[in-house]
Amino acid sequence: MSDPILKVRDVTREYVIGGGLFSKPRVLQAVKGVSFDVERGSTLAVVGESGCGKSTLARILSMIDPQTAGTVEIDGLNIDISKTGISREMRRKVQIVFQNPYGSLNPRQKIGHVLEEPLLLNTDMSAAERRDTALAMLEKVGLKPEHYGRYPHMFSGGQRQRVAIARAIMLKPKLLVLDEPVSALDLSVQAQILNLLKDLQDEMGLTYVFISHDLSVVRYLADKVMVMYYGEVVEYGTREDVFDNPQHAYTKTLFAATPDAGVEAIRKRVAAKKAASAA
Amino acid sequence: MALLDIRNLRVEFDTAKGPFRALDGVDYTVDAGEVLSIVGESGSGKSVAMLATMGLLPNTATITADKMEFEGLDLRTLSAKQRRKVIGKDISMIFQEPIASLNPCFTAGFQLEEALKVHTSLTGRQRRERVLELMHSVGIPEPERRMNSFPHQMSGGQCQRVMIAMAIACAPKLLIADEPTTALDVTIQKQILDLLMQLQRDSGMALIMITHDMGVVAETADRVIVQYQGKKMEEADVLSLFEAPKHPYTRALLAALPENATGDRLPTVSDFAKSFAAEEARA
Repeated sequence: MSDPILKVRDVTREYVIGGGLFSKPRVLQAVKGVSFDVERGSTLAVVGESGCGKSTLARILSMIDPQTAGTVEIDGLNIDISKTGISREMRRKVQIVFQNPYGSLNPRQKIGHVLEEPLLLNTDMSAAERRDTALAMLEKVGLKPEHYGRYPHMFSGGQRQRVAIARAIMLKPKLLVLDEPVSALDLSVQAQILNLLKDLQDEMGLTYVFISHDLSVVRYLADKVMVMYYGEVVEYGTREDVFDNPQHAYTKTLFAATPDAGVEAIRKRVAAKKAASAA
Repeated sequence: MALLDIRNLRVEFDTAKGPFRALDGVDYTVDAGEVLSIVGESGSGKSVAMLATMGLLPNTATITADKMEFEGLDLRTLSAKQRRKVIGKDISMIFQEPIASLNPCFTAGFQLEEALKVHTSLTGRQRRERVLELMHSVGIPEPERRMNSFPHQMSGGQCQRVMIAMAIACAPKLLIADEPTTALDVTIQKQILDLLMQLQRDSGMALIMITHDMGVVAETADRVIVQYQGKKMEEADVLSLFEAPKHPYTRALLAALPENATGDRLPTVSDFAKSFAAEEARA
């Protein structure tokens, strides 16, 4: 039975750019009429190159920017922040984790405060309750209670991303938007964060919108895959469909561009090089 | 004779808590025309080693080595002036953040020309021609117009192309690329890697590729050095490294590739930490 938590219909986002002294402003459509559903507890991966509108979409879903047209429905709530503003109830539904954990944490804020702030703003918990919740959350994401009083610069990139994830799930959201959460991280740390995300999803029944340009990560995590190109959805299907039988030319380019770490591919390349140098 | 020959390189940094050893006795050799990949996670000392070779480390760093030679020239005893004659001409380097490594105040063409002004005796007109030629060879469309563009007017991929053009301006014998594609998209990454490999093939220069991405290693390297916490874990040619990794850390790195995931969870390096300890004890 289908139970979509997120319904997006014909969402468009326009930016007006330019309009300098001598030039007329022009309208740029970053997202051009995008529609999709995400099932409760599943992961939708949004793939595309930079400038294809995937981060704009993330900003609309996480209520940072309003859409220009179209409807977004999250867990039964209609989201159009340009008209209705944002209520506490809406805030609790969606949270976002950004790409760069070095830029997304305030350097002057202790980790404990980072985690408590969403509670302070959106709930009526007492200070002691907030502290307990924050400490429990630290443990949940694989950090230690003594990290509570530390500042972001005392952490490594992977640990910071854990903090950013912890902050995002403090309010127990239904939907988590992950905007390239592992692309700034090392391979081995990346694996740890991906494992954490999988564990949290199982435990809390989270739904993910996972934005990435790394197909190997997408293949590991996603249930459904949506490929965007110049603001439009060019391919949308289950992971197996998209990976086994890509339809659109851009998707094929993307697959061809992904480095192949298979032994066969290396053997071929080494042999080709040897042949070229012998000739 | 190897083009670059470094023996027992150690780098220490002075910190408030006393000296910190970033690199602990590692050997590097590169032959002319060879592509060497140095792989490791952050903190493994892979960038530090090459910055030490270039003489770009801050003076809080103490560099010692038994041997540090480029074409028979001892890099340890060079004066700053002598070093400037080699660096940027025979050895050049490109960095991870293309947009941050270009000067935002000057046009791409000006910055490219600067490298030529310092290292060659070309006239202004010849330099301009060479700049256009270089921009063309790294695949920048409309070089005449792009010459006068500032870094912020170009995309990350184009900035990286300008960096590469600058690095190959004086036909170096050794190019060091420090995570050249980490900040870029997959499709752009492919283009930049293809460009680097094509330039390397055509000019026969040696290339050292520093990366944490095993995929990039698989696509580019002839020989691979795997580093972990300032020590060399394994050195092998690319095929034998992927076919039969010897060191447990290398196996851990390969297993952490999401495409190699077999079960529900990705193995992480810490899962392999025990087998490192065993390896260390034996060594």
